This record gives sequence, C-alpha cells and structure tokens, in this order.
Amino acid sequence: MWEYTDKVKEHFLNPRNVGVIEDADGVGEVGSIACGDALTFYFKLDENGRIKDATFQTFGCASAIASSSALTEMVKGMTLEEAEKITNEDIADYLGGLPKEKMHCSVMGRDALEKAITCYRGEPEKKVEGEIVCECFGVTDREIERVVRENQLTTIEDVTDYVKAGGGCGNCHDRIQEIIDAILGTERPVKKKIPALTNLQKIKLIEESIEREINPTLKKDAGKLELIDVDGNRVLVRLGGTCASCAKSPVTLKHYVESRLRELVSPEIVVEEVQ
Amino acid sequence: MNVIYVDNNATTMVAPEVLDAMLPYFSEYYGNPSSMHSFGGDVAAKIKDARENVARLIGASPDEIVFTSCGTESDSTAIRAAIESYPDKKHIVTSRVEHPAVKNLCETLSKKGYRASFVPVDSSGRLDLDYLYDSLSEDTAVVSLMWGNNETGVIFPVEEISREVKGRGILFHTDAVQVVGKIPINVAQTGVDMLSLSGHKFHSPKGIGALYIRKGTRFAPFMIGGHQEKGRRGGTENTAAIIGLGKAAQLASAHLKENGYDRISRLRDKLERTLLERVPNAIINGDQANRLPNTTSIAFEYIEGEAILLMMNEHGICASSGSACTSGSLEPSHVLRAMGVPFTAAHGSIRFSLSRYNTEDEIEVIMEKLPPIIERLRDLSPFWKKAMEG
Repeated sequence: MWEYTDKVKEHFLNPRNVGVIEDADGVGEVGSIACGDALTFYFKLDENGRIKDATFQTFGCASAIASSSALTEMVKGMTLEEAEKITNEDIADYLGGLPKEKMHCSVMGRDALEKAITCYRGEPEKKVEGEIVCECFGVTDREIERVVRENQLTTIEDVTDYVKAGGGCGNCHDRIQEIIDAILGTERPVKKKIPALTNLQKIKLIEESIEREINPTLKKDAGKLELIDVDGNRVLVRLGGTCASCAKSPVTLKHYVESRLRELVSPEIVVEEVQ
Repeated sequence: MNVIYVDNNATTMVAPEVLDAMLPYFSEYYGNPSSMHSFGGDVAAKIKDARENVARLIGASPDEIVFTSCGTESDSTAIRAAIESYPDKKHIVTSRVEHPAVKNLCETLSKKGYRASFVPVDSSGRLDLDYLYDSLSEDTAVVSLMWGNNETGVIFPVEEISREVKGRGILFHTDAVQVVGKIPINVAQTGVDMLSLSGHKFHSPKGIGALYIRKGTRFAPFMIGGHQEKGRRGGTENTAAIIGLGKAAQLASAHLKENGYDRISRLRDKLERTLLERVPNAIINGDQANRLPNTTSIAFEYIEGEAILLMMNEHGICASSGSACTSGSLEPSHVLRAMGVPFTAAHGSIRFSLSRYNTEDEIEVIMEKLPPIIERLRDLSPFWKKAMEG
C-alpha cells in the first residue's frame, strides 16, 4: 500500500473541479489508457487574462487524480505567465509530497498544463521533440533530459519514477544511463554493445551457439546443423537430420539460424549452406 | 469500521483453532524435535501428526511431505532439484501466467544456460496444450505449471497434463498454492511428481509451506544442513507453524468433505452476477467453467484499479487489482496481458477472493458500495463518456 499524505487522500476522495469546460480557452490532453494514466485539463480566462476556471478529467490511480485536482486549484487566479512557471515539484509539494514511484503523476499534470497553454496561444502543438528512447511508454531523450535536470535525478530508477521511461522491457536502460551521465558530466566509458572478437573467439562463440542454442531447438524436429567453416563473417554449415530433406530449411537457415547467430555473435554474420 | 476481507488469494486469516493449537509450542513446549529427551521428542510426535494431516489433505503418504518456509521455497526447491537431478537436460517448460515464484526463477535460469519455454494461454486463460506438448523434448528436465491461477482462479487440467508429460519420462511439478484446501485433490491419482503448497492460503500462519515429493522421484535438497526432513530440507523445524499447518490441513479436509465450498462459490456467483447486472462494461476475466470456487476477477472498463481499491478501502472492503499502479510496476498484470485482456480493461481489473469466513451480509455490502464507486470514477475518466458516445 502506498504511503499517501492526508492531502493526497483528501484530493483523491474529494477531487475539486472535475469535468469539462465546453467553451474552454485552452485544453491539454496527455497520457493514454495503455500507459495506465491520462489527464485532460481545461481552463477558461477572465477579461484580465487570469485563469477564472480550471477543470480536469483523469483516468488513473489515486495520486494521478489528486495531482490533477491540485493543479486545477493551484492555477486558479494566475496569469498564463505565472501558470507556466509551475513545475511538477510544485504540484507534488502542494500535496505534501508524493511517493517517489508516483512522481510521474505530477509530471503528467505539468505536461497537461503546458499543452493547454500552447493550445490557447494557438501555437502549433509541439511535435514530440527528440528521439524516442523508451518504446514502451513513448518517452523521448528530451523529456528525459528535462526531468533529470529539473529534479536532479541520478539513477535510471529515478527516471522511471518520474516519466516512466525504462519501466517496461528495460531495453533502453543503457541509453537512459548515457543521458544521465551526460548531464551529470560524469561520462562513463561507453559500454560497447558488441565486444570486438578475435577470429578465434568468434569461431568458438559460433561453435558454442550452435551447440547450445541452435541444435537443441532443431533437434525438436529431428534436425541438425553441422559447422563446416568460418570465413570472416561467412558461416558455412551443412544441414543434417530431417533438415537435409526439408523444403523449409532455407527459411530456417535465414530466419532462425542466421538471426540467432547475429544476436549472439555479430550482426554481420551471413549463414550459407554447403551441399 | 468493519473489515470485509475478500483478498484470500493474497493471504487468509489464521483460524482460531489453528492459533490455539500453535500457542503452547511457543511457550510451554519449546523443545527441539531432534533432541533425545522426551521434552523434544513429544514435539516430534506432534510434527508427525501434522505431516499426516497435510498428506491426507492432498492424498499423499506422510513421508512424501517436506515442510518448507513458504510456497516460493517449495517452488524453488522443486525446480532446482529437478535440474540438478538431470544435469544433462537444459530445458524447462512453464507457462506465461505463473506466479513470480516460478516465472522469475525460470527467467533467471534462462540467463544461466537453461532454455525456458513459456506456454501461452488463450483469452480465457486456458493453457495451449498443443504448444505445451510440442515444446517437450529429450532435453526437458521439468515441466512446472500452476494448478490454479492466483489472479483469475482458472484451473489447468493438471491430471491430463501430468499423464502426457510423465508419459514422455519428464518430471512434472505443479504450484498448487491456490488450490490446496479449495478443491479436493489427490496426488496419487493425478500422478504429479512434485507439488507446492503454502499454509497461509488456507488459514494457517505465514512462513510455512510444504513440498510433496512422490516416492522415488530424484531429488536434491535446496537447503543443505542437518538431517531434518530426512535430509531433504535442513534447518530446525518451525515447530509451532508446522503444527498450525497440520491443524489447518485437518480443518480444510473436513470443510471439503462437507462440501463447504458450495456455499463459498454461491456467494462468489451472487457477487459476480449482481455486479455485472448493476455495472455496465464489466467483464469477467478467465474461464468460468474451470475456476476456483472462491475467486472472481472482474474488469471495470475505462477506470483504474488502484483508485477502485482505495475507494473500497474507505468502506473497509479489502480486495486486490491487476492494475499497474498497485504493484509498483508500470505495467498491468502479466496474467491479464498474457490473456490479451485489452488495456481498457486490464488496468481496471479487481480480484475478489472469498474464504469460509465470508458472510452473505458482507457480500451484500460490496454489491451495494461498489457500483457507485465505479460510476464516480467513470465520471472522472476522460475515456468513459467518449466510449459511450462511440
């Protein structure tokens, strides 16, 4: 169970300003149902350019609802220049703090506010800037850089807590670490994804991969693969067992054997069959 | 405020009879069952009784029961014993919907030189048996499949699987943590080689479990130490908890014998039926024909589970959710995802799991309190109105 402050609980159980403003001046939508939380934020200005009314609709957990409710209360009476200075930290502080794992709820509030202001000003909606780093949650390097700077984050776990990046398959962890390192100025030696192999090491690795990985799988269909020679990145093999007479064996070679060796040994590997 | 506890697949109340049976073994009879004096020996006799009661509950013989600290230890012991006993075999078969105790162990082993096959399930959570049988080979050391799923309650056809797997000379382990005490089981008839159970799922305390090991099964201990449990699990016995487990097993056997679960499943069905009548866009997750009698997993579309749980908590109702937010991870339950439950429903899935201590009145309170909560959260949700407008 999360340790929510009384204020989070209170805003969750009695959220303020729920709903839609039909003639809103600005609307900001963030998140998605797949990601597990989403917020639509609306505001209406008075004649002096101050936020007269702000409302929200949120799909999400208690802290997402409380953060949205807090945001609507915070911005009321502000000019847009004042409102755009609100940070995710301010939203969390307003609620007496959020559990670290839930900080992304406050980031979602700030993002929705920014989007609504951009929408009001008639600026073209900012395209997602930068490159997608986290495919699972669609988070870009720019977004990660920003949240690392603004919240002095130092670990991948922090980044996941704040913008969810890295919270899915984990494939982007190296890239997130690089971003953090670059900002902290402690550039670590960049990990080489594929170590350079000597010819001897490469041949050994190919042999091992065939023995441990590929042959046990082929064996299920009573097939077999024999390594004949290695020439640079060309791997010459002979198919045995049922593979020798199987019409689909060229497919197996390319789609399974070659792609497995590319993963395990080197992306340059080409597999060729010797008759 | 009264607590309405419908989270019994997470843990259960220690039965008062169980606690009573245990208490003297903390204070008065603290002897070590391995001792030569009768002060310890008397405790050993009690442990023997407990072993018999646990064996009877699952149709085993007492010397096939090894006490462990929990279901996770039983699972780890079984799978590691299997691969250690067949060192030439480098393949493990399990499913995509296992408890983390099995799933994470198999994932870890698959990074340490083992190949793990994760058998998929269909949209009702039923195992793909063709996939399972196709994945078996001479290299397969063990097949480990849960008997009943903790989240959906879906029961796998363990007897049929056991026959097929064993027919090919492969060890078969089942994580039966959710089914023991809830449905009648008989290991002798089912033919499984190893079976894990956990005490706190059927009214004994936490910190005690057991592993059934069929006589003649090759085995290697996980905890190596003294001669306790005939060398199959070292370490001084957790005497009070073992005696508690024995008592709980005895109570569970009696409860099953008098078909006590008929009442529980009637309550579960009533809850389920009423909620589905009163709440639009509510869907039951999982195969209703083959399901534990006490469990229902209901998806409430377009809202999020943690919010539902916390609002129910305000009324003292304790349930659990397959949503991301409750687990501390960012993704919804791997079980619901393996079933292909869409995100619109997975995030809003709530599991109710009953026990023999639940009453009709409690179920009525949930039936009354939950629909307004769902309605309220849907009013808050930006997706609900859009979905209703098409």
